[in-house]
Amino acid sequence: MTTTLVRAARPLGAEPRDLLLRDGLVAEVAPAGTLTAPDGARTVEAEGLVALPGLVDLHTHLREPGREDAETVDTGTRAAALGGFTAVHAMANTAPVADTAGVVEQVWRLGREAGWCDVRPVGAVTTGLEGQRLAELGAMADSAAGVRVFSDDGKCVFDAVLMRRALEYVKAFDGVVAQHAQEPRLTEGAQMNEGAVSGVLGLRGWPAVAEEAIIARDVLLAGHVGSRLHVCHLSTAGSVEIVRWAKARGVDVTAEVTPHHLLLTDELVRGYDPVYKVNPPLRTDDDVRALRAGVADGTIDVVATDHAPHPVEDKDCEWSAAAMGMTGLETALSVVVQALVEPGHLDWAGVARVMSQTPARIGRVASQGGSLQVGEAANLVLVDPAARWTVDPSAMATKGRNSPFAGRELPARVVATFWEGHATVLDGALATARPAEAGSTWTR
Amino acid sequence: MRHLLSTADLSRAEAVRVLDVAEQMAATQQREIKKLPTLRGRTVVNLFFEDSTRTRISFETAAKRLSADVITFSAKGSSVSKGESLKDTALTLQAMGADAVVIRHGSSGAPLRLARSGWTSGAVLNAGDGTHEHPTQALLDAFTLRRHLVGGGPGGGPAADRVGADLAGKHVVVVGDVLHSRVARSNVHLLHVLGARTTLVAPPTLLPIGVETWPCEVSYDLDAALRGDVQGPVDAVMALRVQLERMDAAYFPSAREYSRRYGIDAARLALLPPHASLLHPGPMNRGLEITAEAADGARSRIVEQVTNGVAVRMAALYLLLAGEDA
Ligand SMILES: [Zn+2]
Repeated sequence: MTTTLVRAARPLGAEPRDLLLRDGLVAEVAPAGTLTAPDGARTVEAEGLVALPGLVDLHTHLREPGREDAETVDTGTRAAALGGFTAVHAMANTAPVADTAGVVEQVWRLGREAGWCDVRPVGAVTTGLEGQRLAELGAMADSAAGVRVFSDDGKCVFDAVLMRRALEYVKAFDGVVAQHAQEPRLTEGAQMNEGAVSGVLGLRGWPAVAEEAIIARDVLLAGHVGSRLHVCHLSTAGSVEIVRWAKARGVDVTAEVTPHHLLLTDELVRGYDPVYKVNPPLRTDDDVRALRAGVADGTIDVVATDHAPHPVEDKDCEWSAAAMGMTGLETALSVVVQALVEPGHLDWAGVARVMSQTPARIGRVASQGGSLQVGEAANLVLVDPAARWTVDPSAMATKGRNSPFAGRELPARVVATFWEGHATVLDGALATARPAEAGSTWTR
Repeated sequence: MRHLLSTADLSRAEAVRVLDVAEQMAATQQREIKKLPTLRGRTVVNLFFEDSTRTRISFETAAKRLSADVITFSAKGSSVSKGESLKDTALTLQAMGADAVVIRHGSSGAPLRLARSGWTSGAVLNAGDGTHEHPTQALLDAFTLRRHLVGGGPGGGPAADRVGADLAGKHVVVVGDVLHSRVARSNVHLLHVLGARTTLVAPPTLLPIGVETWPCEVSYDLDAALRGDVQGPVDAVMALRVQLERMDAAYFPSAREYSRRYGIDAARLALLPPHASLLHPGPMNRGLEITAEAADGARSRIVEQVTNGVAVRMAALYLLLAGEDA
């Protein structure tokens, strides 16, 4: 395995350090200019670059199996590596649904074969995502994939009894239920955020209360049964308030927000371009402000992409016929810098916390989410904080062309990504995949 | 005008110009030979993804009276009903050399999407999209109101008295299912730009969230609005179509209760000043939002609206395809 000397990077934005990556581990860390590269080692000049622990996405749609026209594990994890991720949680809404040990092991194996990052399958909470009966959560937990995150994402676990049982049941193997909070009756046929814009556009509204009512119920349920709960993609000011209240009461709840909900609003829907169609929908300025404040004060624990690639034909149509979802892996870090770092809500250590350390802890990914200390797995990303780039979906590794940031200039660029010491990205471009047999003991 | 997608895009001058050109078109329709050579050699495509015989016939008639070649794609019996996408249909029309596409679509925003997509280079005319807008309906409503409320008075004196005029100071009550009505949205924008006041009346379930940001007043009390208690005396009332299926989704409890609280009948019309007009975009649910007595009474301009629709659509097609910039 290649040994790499990273010269003069700023770990988590602090003073420059040389980092030696050897045998998949961070072997040495010393003041900049003090380490010399061993014979045969690769040297990466990282002066001016920020080093972060490899990013961990809690919410990725890789589409395989079933929708390989939209994305595959290979293309999706290439995109992840380019975005600075060393682990992604692959959502369960595939075809077949990831509701058995067989399917989650298949996805996990595809991830290892692809070799771009750690793929952690998410197991469905209910069979077929149908909300009727529990899937074999324990079998998925005990499988080679070692599933710890369970979600019917795309659909809400609406039945209160089923949700309660799921919250309770996963305690046996330290799992967590990640809820897609959407009251189904209040959102039948919903097309966009319900508010002044939907009224003018004549599009059926997705009211904030449909998200908030489920979150309120679930934090109460989690408190009652003493389970941990994760809430996917918070999108409203009211949701932030409810989670803040629950945390103050001691409920073991964590919450996530997507990059797009931190930057974009429903005003963009006025042109009826389906690239802005997403679930939960883009909300208002007030919501964006509240979500940013929620990340700043720790109410929201993680930023997760909800990367949702779609083939062109599913977006190249009229609004109501279009699929919901946006790509996000290759823009996430830049959007976080624009929405949270530049306005002063987060420093680089904060970025490491919300995009790597906390998601790794929630997903129980032991080898990830470190802080670049000697002895940790060498998962890290080098970021050029001064770079600016213009988003061009056609140049992305994801099969999805549905980036809502197309044409925007964004700050900060991923220069290199190391997954357990293996360079998946160098000079801002894909390097090489890690051979499958090189999988370390870190990955179950 | 490059396209006619929404009345919110129209300036006062542009809106008045459409009404003035429509007056000229209406005058030609009094002649024995109604056909004008204006659009000879131009192709107008009527693309109806949603069934609407009335609107389709009105547009076809308008285009033919301007001597355009007319092609109609309607939902039944064409590729449209077989799930062919808006994009593929538009590309086909482009290949046929459509100069204007009149589009009716169940999805809000489909005409705007078509106009901005580059799938067709023709002018796009919105003939009703989802629950968004129906601009030519609002224009024919304004045309009808101007004829009765401005200049020569009921039925219209000489057109010259009205040319260049807007609806400044007039007050229109619009009652019914505002939430699902493209006609209401187009009228609120257009009446505002023409200087009229609008009062929307509906049960709260049938008003959109955010309606308070619209340039109009809102009331839940039809009688109060008609009496003039909301925004002063009323010059016209427009009843919107209410679909009975809305009852199943609990927008209102029963047809009887809806009629009692929000239906237009002779007693309610008697609350209006003598000159006030009654409009309905059709098709009517007689007995639900309007009684037969009201619909067929002396204040009703409903049949006239249909006639005026052809003149207004001729004006719109003329301005899009042959007009100098309005
Ligand atoms: Zn979701």
